[in-house]
Amino acid sequence: MTTEITLVDRIICAAALAWKDDGEVLATGIGVVPRLAASLCMKSINTDLMMTDSESWMVSEPVPLTNSCASSNIPREGWMGFTRIFDNVWSTKRHAMVGPTQIDKFGQANISMIGSDYNKPKVQMLGARGFPGNSISHANSFFVPKHSKNVFVEKEEVDMVASIGYNASRLPRGHKVDDVDVRMVFTNLGVFDWKGANHGLRLLALHPGVTVQDVIDNTGFAVEIPANVPVTADPTPEQIAILNALDPKGFRAFALG
Amino acid sequence: MANKVMSAKDVVAQIKDGMTIGIGGWGPRRKPMALIRELLRSDVKDLTVVAYGGADVGMLCAAGKVKKVVFAFVSLDNIPLEPYFRAARQSGSIAVSEIDEGHMLLGLRAAAWGLPFIPSQIGIGTDLMKYNADLKLVDSPFDDKQWVAMPALKLDVALVHADRADSRGICQVKGPDLYMDEWMVRAATKAFVSCEEIVDTSFFHAEQEARAVYWERCMTTGVVPIAGGAHPSSCMPEYGVDMGHFKAYAASVKDGGWEKYFQDFVACSQDEYLQKIGGMDALKALPKKSY
Repeated sequence: MTTEITLVDRIICAAALAWKDDGEVLATGIGVVPRLAASLCMKSINTDLMMTDSESWMVSEPVPLTNSCASSNIPREGWMGFTRIFDNVWSTKRHAMVGPTQIDKFGQANISMIGSDYNKPKVQMLGARGFPGNSISHANSFFVPKHSKNVFVEKEEVDMVASIGYNASRLPRGHKVDDVDVRMVFTNLGVFDWKGANHGLRLLALHPGVTVQDVIDNTGFAVEIPANVPVTADPTPEQIAILNALDPKGFRAFALG
Repeated sequence: MANKVMSAKDVVAQIKDGMTIGIGGWGPRRKPMALIRELLRSDVKDLTVVAYGGADVGMLCAAGKVKKVVFAFVSLDNIPLEPYFRAARQSGSIAVSEIDEGHMLLGLRAAAWGLPFIPSQIGIGTDLMKYNADLKLVDSPFDDKQWVAMPALKLDVALVHADRADSRGICQVKGPDLYMDEWMVRAATKAFVSCEEIVDTSFFHAEQEARAVYWERCMTTGVVPIAGGAHPSSCMPEYGVDMGHFKAYAASVKDGGWEKYFQDFVACSQDEYLQKIGGMDALKALPKKSY
């Protein structure tokens, strides 16, 4: 019996490896794919990870994605209200996976606003939220459902630099780009990190059927392409079973838009 | 003995043009919306608003009450972009001081502790430093690095919503998260707290009740009993967020506009408002959704 492997499951399983070597840190996945990736990692890859219920409790087990009200079933192991979230963020013991609207060649990311006039945005988005503090404090990875030049911008920098990247010209006295930890990027085309020359974006793996040219054509800046680029691994039946339990309603089927 | 019970009108009478007001809650969660509606019905203008923003900020912008917003986000969670804040920003009609979510906590603490600023590394390398003149780089007496000074966010008035309070200003929040309400209250010259119910002081004698009191009563200027006073935001564990109401509110920006929403849901008493949304029974029946 074979069932077709979906792209989103492939991306989640690849992204779950982002926290593999992090040890005992808080894994935060914002959005369906990052949250399921963090949950899968905690369940099967790095069982020392810590997690919240996305509201105010530390949980011993990832909470499945449902719309239910079963708060009595949350496997709590401590309280983690918003003031304490910042204690954790600033302690550096966290690795978040987030979905920026724009990413530039420095690994700087934007969720705040789009446009060239800050005082009158073309599109007001969320605001910088916790991006500035997160990015200077702990590791951050990105999930991009639609890899395109709209996200990986051609312009020198994103419209509003909400999270710090590897841009030495922006650093005040005493701070080094090596202190910055922009970790991995997972998109509908492949897997990347920022360990190219001068902390540039580097291709690590392509999903089946995706070519290097697809990546080059859809990225607004240079991507380092190694001589041999593997195909992302197939999810195992065990991983699919865990994902089905974490996402019983199948929300992830709609996560790539 | 002090009796701090007052009406929403009494609270708004103490808010003057040009004041800086902090609003408790977080996005669509435990916002003092009945107090905000009273403010929307007033003539007060030119406010500087400090908030982890939701429809509170959006409505005040829509009603033209706002000069400046100090914010890290303005969002309704499941409706990520607050429609009226967005419209205000995109028309260039408001000034902003954009900061990190953590900056706001530091700024409130600095105000509460009587400090001019608290140093941090938040904002380094980002455009917060470019666009927000309130954030400044400072030298450290202890190392050779530059740090970001987050200035004190001194509030003239804080508005927050609690589960219950007594007449002396002992306030209780039983929900899963206090958000930054404690610091909004501590950072303010005057703090006004709407609450689901007024209780006798003896209610707090039990340990589990006293543990859910987060600031001393001397910090509370006034308490206003308003059942359902956080709607359409949530007040867990009393009631969940009314996403249906927020969807209609968000749709109103393109269908009828602020004037229609104002006539439907703001230009009325709290009793009439509760009737329009189906009463406390409907409120208590809202799903207590997990995230």
